[in-house]
Amino acid sequence: MFNAFSHLLIRDLRLALRNRHELANPLIFFVLVVSLFPLAVTPTPDALRAMAPGVIWVSALLAVLLSLDRLFKQDYEDGSLDQLMLSPNPLMILVLAKVLAHWLLTGLPLVIIAPLLGLFMSLPMEAVNVLIYSLLLGTPVLSLVGAIGVSLTVAVNRGGVLLSLIILPLYIPILIFGANAVDVAADGMPVRGQLLFLGAVLALALSLAPLATAVALRITASR
Amino acid sequence: MWNWIQRFSSPKYFYAMSAALIPWFAISALLIGVYGLYLGLFVAPTDYQQGESYRIIFVHVPAAWMSLFIYMVMAISAGIGLIWQIRLADMVAAASAPIGASFTFLALVTGMLWGKPMWGAYWVWDARLTSELILLFLYFGYMALQSAIEDQRSADKASGLLAIVGVVNIPIIHYSVEWWNTLHQGATVTKFDKPSMHIDMLIPLLLMAVAFKLFYAAVVLVRTRNEALYRDRNRRWVRELIERM
Repeated sequence: MFNAFSHLLIRDLRLALRNRHELANPLIFFVLVVSLFPLAVTPTPDALRAMAPGVIWVSALLAVLLSLDRLFKQDYEDGSLDQLMLSPNPLMILVLAKVLAHWLLTGLPLVIIAPLLGLFMSLPMEAVNVLIYSLLLGTPVLSLVGAIGVSLTVAVNRGGVLLSLIILPLYIPILIFGANAVDVAADGMPVRGQLLFLGAVLALALSLAPLATAVALRITASR
Repeated sequence: MWNWIQRFSSPKYFYAMSAALIPWFAISALLIGVYGLYLGLFVAPTDYQQGESYRIIFVHVPAAWMSLFIYMVMAISAGIGLIWQIRLADMVAAASAPIGASFTFLALVTGMLWGKPMWGAYWVWDARLTSELILLFLYFGYMALQSAIEDQRSADKASGLLAIVGVVNIPIIHYSVEWWNTLHQGATVTKFDKPSMHIDMLIPLLLMAVAFKLFYAAVVLVRTRNEALYRDRNRRWVRELIERM
């Protein structure tokens, strides 16, 4: 079982690394969207600092949302998804491997580039640290919950808008606590509560989302 | 037992039985609703703080209750459809979604109308209004998924799973929104001293809640009947029904 997990993980990573330019797209999108805000609203540092947590978190959320397609689309089209479901290993574990690969390829890069955006938006240093922690805890949940949505919509033609319609409401708690943690940290107050909440949601999503994704994949495959 | 359930949950049997139930629900909803509105609008005392405009709660609060209640009904029947493959349950879930969305919308609109004289603005990012708005989005997502998938069976299964995921999320969304709001602006406009409700106000409120539930029962039966006819349009029992007309 662990073998299957690691094989699938390595396969997904290798597939993605062979297609490097596509790998960078969500990251560039993330930076691009954040840098639109100083242009559209105002470049004064105080205003930027006030809106930075929300802007960075919303952009991260959209970047993950746009990259979710990659999770199952190709496998669905070339039939390897059906093969995965035929394998004797529990589908949950395989889903978990795919989601982990997705997070390593999109969530983690977002976390790594986030400090740069913190500088763009003139966030204080402590807040940048908290931004990293909150993204580190929050982006895996985005991948996990997003996997449910993709597996429901992967067979739908032009499912992109539909996917955002059904997934964005489910992302709201993460957005609230993620952005709020950074916001509170910028004011120099403790953020333990927010980070603990994000951790709790991560634990919940980690245990339930793969189950729901597995069911959703079987529904999609039975079509 | 299983055969019994199978028989009674067949769309054909349901179609025949439900026709007799609808008038009862509809008429009692109308009577109780009119009486509740009369008590609420004319008999209940004026609020010492909010004056006459508080009377919108006799529509607003039951509508808000219904919005959550119908989502629960939808998710439970979708779960029944998903687990035991009972088609009627899927039909009930699909028929409930637009009704639930309408009640959510009604709760939002009445909340906004109430907010204008009370808070001085039609829209305040109050915790409850916000979670009601998110609930509306959840309904929209369910309906969008339901209509995007052509094959009826998998549309039911997929949207049913989404409804169940939504139910797991609703408490999390609700409490995070509440927490977000209290962190942001605290008790300024949204909280005022709530005197425990006077009995003359409580009775019309409960009557209206009952009337709304009965109204929902009547409408969901009508919509489920339509759903049954439409989905079984190529089956024998529907053909026979048409021929008999």
